Amino acid sequence: MPGIFEGLKVLDFCWVVIGPMTTRYFSDYGATVVRVESKHRPDVIRNGLPYAEGKAGINRSGYWANYNSGKMSMALNMADPRARGLAFELATTWADVVTENFTPGTIEKWGLGYDDISRLNPGVVMFSASMLGRGGPNDSQPGFGPVLTALAGHTHFTGWPDRVPVSPYGAYTDFLIPHMSMAAIIAALDHREATGKGQHLDLSQLEASLYFLAPAVLDYTTNDRVTSRQGNSDPLMAPHNAYPCTGDDRWCAIACADDTQWQALATLMSQPALASDPRFATLDARKANEDALDALMGAWTASQDANEVMRRCQEAGIAAGAVLDSRDLFSDPQLSHRGHFVFQDHPEMGRYASDGNCFTMSDATPEYRRAPLLGEHTHHVLSEILGMSPERITELQQDGVLE
Amino acid sequence: MLSKYRVIDLADDRGIFCSRVLGDLGADVIKVEPPTGDPARRIGPFYHDDPGVENSLYWQIYSTNKRGVTLDIEAAAGRDLLLKLVETADFLVESYRPGYLAGLGLGYADLHKVNPRLIYVSVTAFGQDGPYASYAATDLTGVALSGFTHLTGDADRAPVRVSVPQFWLLGGGAGAAGAMLAFHQRKSTGQGQHVDVSCQQAMARTLSHAPQFWDLNQVILKRSGPFRPMGSGMGLRTNWECMDGYVNYIQPGGTAGGRSMAALCAWMEEEGYGDAYLSATDFGTYGFGEMPESLLEAMDVGLGRFFRENTKAHLSAGALERRVLLFPVNDPSDVVAYPQLAARGYFQQMEAPDGDTMTTLGPWVRSSEKPMSLRMRAPRLGEHNSEVYGSLGLSAGDIAALHAAGTV
Repeated sequence: MPGIFEGLKVLDFCWVVIGPMTTRYFSDYGATVVRVESKHRPDVIRNGLPYAEGKAGINRSGYWANYNSGKMSMALNMADPRARGLAFELATTWADVVTENFTPGTIEKWGLGYDDISRLNPGVVMFSASMLGRGGPNDSQPGFGPVLTALAGHTHFTGWPDRVPVSPYGAYTDFLIPHMSMAAIIAALDHREATGKGQHLDLSQLEASLYFLAPAVLDYTTNDRVTSRQGNSDPLMAPHNAYPCTGDDRWCAIACADDTQWQALATLMSQPALASDPRFATLDARKANEDALDALMGAWTASQDANEVMRRCQEAGIAAGAVLDSRDLFSDPQLSHRGHFVFQDHPEMGRYASDGNCFTMSDATPEYRRAPLLGEHTHHVLSEILGMSPERITELQQDGVLE
Repeated sequence: MLSKYRVIDLADDRGIFCSRVLGDLGADVIKVEPPTGDPARRIGPFYHDDPGVENSLYWQIYSTNKRGVTLDIEAAAGRDLLLKLVETADFLVESYRPGYLAGLGLGYADLHKVNPRLIYVSVTAFGQDGPYASYAATDLTGVALSGFTHLTGDADRAPVRVSVPQFWLLGGGAGAAGAMLAFHQRKSTGQGQHVDVSCQQAMARTLSHAPQFWDLNQVILKRSGPFRPMGSGMGLRTNWECMDGYVNYIQPGGTAGGRSMAALCAWMEEEGYGDAYLSATDFGTYGFGEMPESLLEAMDVGLGRFFRENTKAHLSAGALERRVLLFPVNDPSDVVAYPQLAARGYFQQMEAPDGDTMTTLGPWVRSSEKPMSLRMRAPRLGEHNSEVYGSLGLSAGDIAALHAAGTV
């Protein structure tokens, strides 16, 4: 069966995570994606941990490989005007979609901004993502994903009320946006089909990521209330925490939604008297005595396996989830059932795991392929897509235009 | 952009974000909720702290750009009416427990027969099948099973959840992408299909490289409070106390790191916080996270004192001017006051539940061709019943009869 994007041509200047995670949907579902890269200024996560076998190398990062499945890599020295000319030719004569997530102004300085491309390729759909969007006092402030969790407020809301807030691990907001971005790009392709018109989609990562804590922002704008991190507690549920289990750093999260579930928990704990104990019988009582409640729960879970606690709670109709670490993810029965990790063979890395798609489609199957070596497809793109002669390619290579 | 297309939204608070994204892109979203109201209407915080049926801020923000009708889909007449709506639709989004809608004759197979072009999106905690498919889930337990909770929090305490509830929003967003992939495919096949989202997987895709650390190096990254775990050692401090809150400063690697730290050291000298050891170190020679423990400790002391004795605003403004990679740890009031958002005109006014206006989030993407707009505030309960059911050919009398029977 042909891929969803069979025949679609994507020129991809994206780097790090937010952009490449977005454009991976194109390569996984059949588009031709040419990623423009550089050896001298490589994508920072090509030099990002972890490396296969712990050995550093530009083609060995598992972080990078995860987001670049099935793309072609073309390595150009963009400081050379001839390299920029090649990119411009691809953008104006070949590409349906052009994507980038540099600091605003960078792509424009190369003469590859939307205005320049669309003059010759009016149907182009260009997608730009940046930390803070185009325009405004901070638009050219350098930075990378992890700081956005602080700017957007996710950091403020993560951790314990009596401690320094903790940042959600990594470039958290980078992972929130690609799905929205993909939906917008496909909508733009539909608009182009109907009208012949392309467009520039310009996304501020900060603005989009605020949708993931919008109620707290509106609580401030409408009620003038600034709420803050509360550890694991919830105003409407108790017990509601992660409880220690057998083994080193093993935990199970339990969320008890109402008094009926509490009664079921008391039975499960073989302490039926707790159901009517005035300290715990109602939500208000359990919230008022939450420390004592958590101590009781922890005493019950401490001698049990986390998966066993989860299973027993679920059988009693209570939401519970083992706190999986990254090793556990590879053996989790549900993730395995869904084929969450896909394994690929790579000439330098050997066999490596990347994330599969988080949704299945009844009529489409993604084609996962390995990530490319840096510059692996430079000659292919020049000869097959741009129809360049071998002599000319050799000349560009010798002049350092190709990397 | 999607104004020619219709979305029937049966999703409750768990799948609510999916059709918000499609509505923002221009689709005609019709939210179908039970006559008693969608569960999202009962989620706090509430407008002016009044827990009325129109006042949930969760409902307000995630139901913007949708119309709304009430319908009891468990009643035969309600089911028939839904089937009529489905005939007019391009998308249907739902977030019921797996099997529930099929039990009502409203599963994918049933609706595909009614409208073969329909794209049917299911957003559930774990997906439609598999050993956890029938498991109960909340944000807390779902995020735990995604692997993120383990990475989050202080080393000496229990692992903690991420931010305000994220789990269902991640799944809803993924549903919008899946819906649009199916939409693109429909152009060539003429057929709809079933998109089955797992929120557990959507959240697990936010783990950065943590799974790869295990896969390639057999290293389990551990939560380490305000430090970024690097696989070994004390890690890199990310969040620092300042005079009136916290700031975020993560020492980058390579040349960018060298530049940022040189500018920071010069600034500290200017303000009487100079640190000779840090100033004399060439940070550009270290890759990200490759600094030795002794240097990390020296940073903790030298930078720590400078940050602690200055305010968030002073540090943020100075950093912007000097291109130091320092940013404020914003709370919601800081977010609303953040100059960059104001300069871009991000926040917008929208009609509030009491008819007054309230400040809400603006578009999440800008378009040179079809700017996204906040066309409609969240619908009142049953607000568009006459309009929508009328368009299906029902008379006022028919609608009144359905109302009397409790179906709408």
